[in-house]
Amino acid sequence: MSQKVLLSSKEINIILHRLACQLLERHLDFTETALIGLQPRGVFVAERLSKILKEDYGVNRIDLGFLDITFYRDDFRRGDKTLEASSTNIDFLVEGKKVVLIDDVLYTGRSIRAALTAIQSFGRPREIELLTLIDRRFSRHLPIQPNYRGRQVDAINEEKVKVMWKENDGKDIIYLISK
Amino acid sequence: MSELSVKHLLGIKYLKEKDIQLIFETADHFKEVINRSIKKVPSLRDITIANIFFESSTRTKLSFELAEKRLSADVLNFSAAQSSVKKGETLIDTVNNILSMKVDMVVMRHPSPGAGIFLSKHVNASIVNAGDGAHEHPTQALLDSYSIREKLGDVSGKNVVIVGDILHSRVALSNIFALKLQGANVKVCGPRTLLPKYIESLGIEVETNLIKALNWCDVANMLRIQNERLDISYFPTTREYTQQYGVNKVILDNLDKEIVIMHPGPINRGVEITSDVADSKQSIILNQVENGVAIRMAVIYLLASKIK
Repeated sequence: MSQKVLLSSKEINIILHRLACQLLERHLDFTETALIGLQPRGVFVAERLSKILKEDYGVNRIDLGFLDITFYRDDFRRGDKTLEASSTNIDFLVEGKKVVLIDDVLYTGRSIRAALTAIQSFGRPREIELLTLIDRRFSRHLPIQPNYRGRQVDAINEEKVKVMWKENDGKDIIYLISK
Repeated sequence: MSELSVKHLLGIKYLKEKDIQLIFETADHFKEVINRSIKKVPSLRDITIANIFFESSTRTKLSFELAEKRLSADVLNFSAAQSSVKKGETLIDTVNNILSMKVDMVVMRHPSPGAGIFLSKHVNASIVNAGDGAHEHPTQALLDSYSIREKLGDVSGKNVVIVGDILHSRVALSNIFALKLQGANVKVCGPRTLLPKYIESLGIEVETNLIKALNWCDVANMLRIQNERLDISYFPTTREYTQQYGVNKVILDNLDKEIVIMHPGPINRGVEITSDVADSKQSIILNQVENGVAIRMAVIYLLASKIK
């Protein structure tokens, strides 16, 4: 097994700022927008972006929610393990809002398919966009593409992208791991 | 740990402590789901569940059916009263006929203790015991503990007294197993005639004085007198039972501390508890019913994920 650094802490920081600016360009004051981090790992990206937007770009208020998609996944009973859920926390209405789904790695697109179904339980958003930190292109199972992407990666299926966060893993770093 | 250690839910006796914790954690998520405007998730859309009730039920049957529907399972309902059981069909034949219609899971209530265990050995489906005679009622005990955990933060270390007809109660036995497994202290309280002879062997204490029991406990789980199972006279009159073991507002207000009142239903108002106790702010009876759906969703979801 070998691993190489895909993005360093500094690079992640630059990319997050760029993504924040791209969001800002399209959503301006965020009054009509909701950022939804997908559980478990998209939450870190969503929290960081929200923090950068507030602290560095003076956005007053952002509706930030966390969505768990476990019960909407299409692989229930198809693997060996029971799918374990995380918590959902959306304490605002998404009805009529511009929703940005946020995840760390976009791979097959199946999680996003599940998230598109799951978010409907909270109302009918005006539109839904997708932001992903790492986009593993050429490995999609479904016709899903991000509106905002941090870095595009051509990883083969055996390889794994591992995203680590200061809050959870001690430091910000992204590895590409090959067996 | 993200998987139940059992394939069926036949009784609390067969569960481990970590199974209970997994069910509670999963129920937390489902409780959030059933408080959304759209209360349904698609997880079990390719699972069919038969609810087979050989004994009457309102709450449990509705609760299971709702839980199944909120998980998007297909649901079949069957009551023995309008069935071929009346024509002499055996339990295994009845269930195998239902399973031939490609049913994956059976939720069963039956008047005979051990009916679910018997069935699990003879048919190829996941079995959930929704009450078997005076033996066990595992989902009721799970939702009772879950409600205590929600109200008091934890079950471990809490003093719980179960009051009433312990002898004929499957709720009592399942609750004793569940509470002991989670480290609670348990007492039972009632007239000696309604307490099983060797109940202490389960590691619990007997208290025949209601006031002493209530002053000791954090939670009192009040059970109904199971009149339909009383084959002989266990106490002189209902009125006398109420005087000795009924909880009213005066008793409640004169206790040393504020205790939590639970009841698995159906309540016989004015017998085991008075209306003002059942409807008081110390009562979590309706929370128990709400939690019942979340708990049953969790149990069904976790068992269904083991069906291959």
